[in-house]
Amino acid sequence: MTFSSELEARFEKFLAKYPADRKRSAMIPMLIYAQDEVGAITDELVAEVAQRIGCKPLDVNEVVGFYSMLHRKPQGKYHVQVCTNISCLLVGGDELWERASKKLGIGHKEVSADGRISLEEVECIGACSWAPAVQVNYDFYHCVTPEQLDKLVEGLAAGRKPEEIPVARVNC
Amino acid sequence: MLYNQPNPLEIRLLTRRFGLPDSASIETYLATDGYKALERAMGMSQDEIINEVKASGLRGRGGAGFPTGMKWGFLPRQSPKPKYIMVNADESEPGTCKDRLLIEYDPHQLIEGMLIAALAVGSQQGYVYIRGEYRYLIDVMDRAIDEAYARGYLGENILGRGHTFHIATHSGAGAYECGEESALLESFEGKRGNPRIRPPFPAVAGAYQCPTVLNNVETFAAVPPIILQGGAYFAGLGTPKNGGTRLFCLSGHVNKPGVYELPMGFNLLRMIEEVGGGIPGGKKLKAVIPGGSSCPVLTADECDLAMDYDTLAAAKSMLGSGGGVVMDEDTCMVKAALRIMRFYAHESCGWCIPCREGTTWLRKLLQRFHDGQGQRSDIVLIGDLSRNMLGRTFCPLGDAAALPTISIVEKFRHEFEAHLDGKPCPYESKSRLVSA
Repeated sequence: MTFSSELEARFEKFLAKYPADRKRSAMIPMLIYAQDEVGAITDELVAEVAQRIGCKPLDVNEVVGFYSMLHRKPQGKYHVQVCTNISCLLVGGDELWERASKKLGIGHKEVSADGRISLEEVECIGACSWAPAVQVNYDFYHCVTPEQLDKLVEGLAAGRKPEEIPVARVNC
Repeated sequence: MLYNQPNPLEIRLLTRRFGLPDSASIETYLATDGYKALERAMGMSQDEIINEVKASGLRGRGGAGFPTGMKWGFLPRQSPKPKYIMVNADESEPGTCKDRLLIEYDPHQLIEGMLIAALAVGSQQGYVYIRGEYRYLIDVMDRAIDEAYARGYLGENILGRGHTFHIATHSGAGAYECGEESALLESFEGKRGNPRIRPPFPAVAGAYQCPTVLNNVETFAAVPPIILQGGAYFAGLGTPKNGGTRLFCLSGHVNKPGVYELPMGFNLLRMIEEVGGGIPGGKKLKAVIPGGSSCPVLTADECDLAMDYDTLAAAKSMLGSGGGVVMDEDTCMVKAALRIMRFYAHESCGWCIPCREGTTWLRKLLQRFHDGQGQRSDIVLIGDLSRNMLGRTFCPLGDAAALPTISIVEKFRHEFEAHLDGKPCPYESKSRLVSA
């Protein structure tokens, strides 16, 4: 499998972090960064990572199934994650979630028809004091108002990148 | 910036660099006594460092509250195996968002704390296990580590004193369970995040079955101030056996939610009123989860207490990870219990049957209740099921799911009864969202 030179450099760095006989430690970091580039954890990727860290594809497969951020199926280019855990729930995180789902016309872990946007109701993302919180890929949005959520998902649906949409990342 | 509302009641020791320009840079760190504690620690024996940490009364900030100095003392002095320093930055306990800030605004303080721990136990390698959702913090940490290498604070022959210490970051990939120390170690080794049977504890057999110091971000971050200002000073800030300050994360129904560094033992009601600015709309307090979602809830009447490990334990709750979730009078406690259980059912790793099955059935029962289809006998069943999980699992996740549930059923039984006989949830009418 061929990866970008950036990812190859990253893999090299990961593998150097652990003792020579402990390369398996690099498995999860390699998978999550590779997923960002490949789009999903494919069988090919599993085999490739297994070969590079010197274990069986089965060892990788059983790990993939455990972690909620590792996905077998491709997500949207922009993965919208709405937290509805207790701190967010108390200030309307569940309403925000329903609003996003309605606006985008997709449900939990579904992808829009054009493959651009996917949606997920997520567990606590560590933004409790700045709730309700949303993540688009790895970027946080804090103290999200319903108006801002609308602007964000409508902008994404209209083909804009998150950085082109005028919604403050920290709104509190 | 997330840390934007310092309160005059705070004692800013671990957070003293928050808000400084470019606070994460090594220049800012060095200009504000950075790495001076390391220099001092290099002149101390291993016992002297550990004794200073013991004298500080520092207890683990991840949630369990185990005395840190004692934990470090459990590592074997002589070991044929390498020893590791492991930072738990898998901050995932609902209600908790402090480690994020400690890394974002002061990563060098964490590095220095790890370096001092390494001197204390004789380790040459440390790792920072950061939850996958905190990707930007991995970048912050990597930058700080590079800076520290460039200035000779990491690597070989540190500051010309012959010590070697290396640090690397490690990304998780989304699993609450990996915040539990033995599951974190499994995950670190490239496996499913299932807990290990203990003993042996990580101090004896941790990463790669080698002696390992495993502490929370905030615990390591407290070490440089302790070495610099003395264990006695740190201890004096808190209450007996509960040394120092604590980063309290206020969330939920308060006017000024945020992360505040307050002396250990700070009164919870005062925290809500004077630090959190009271409850929006002048509403009444109903309940507080004092230390993250795994802690038994306190009713409004129980909140006039000192926020330290022992007082909370005496009140049959826990200080936990410092996540104070405030709930006003319009909060549906059945809905709160359901949401918390949905979380634990999702996050149970499946290793122990009482937890895997218990959380799933409790989630179903609570969902049925909230949907108005609960039966009176379910109230008893929810309590019984929860109690049957207690102490019957390898890791504390089973207890973490059961304890808040038991407390809500016991303290808010009337709210469960109000959902009986097909009655709609009495609290579902108004939106909780705040418009711009």
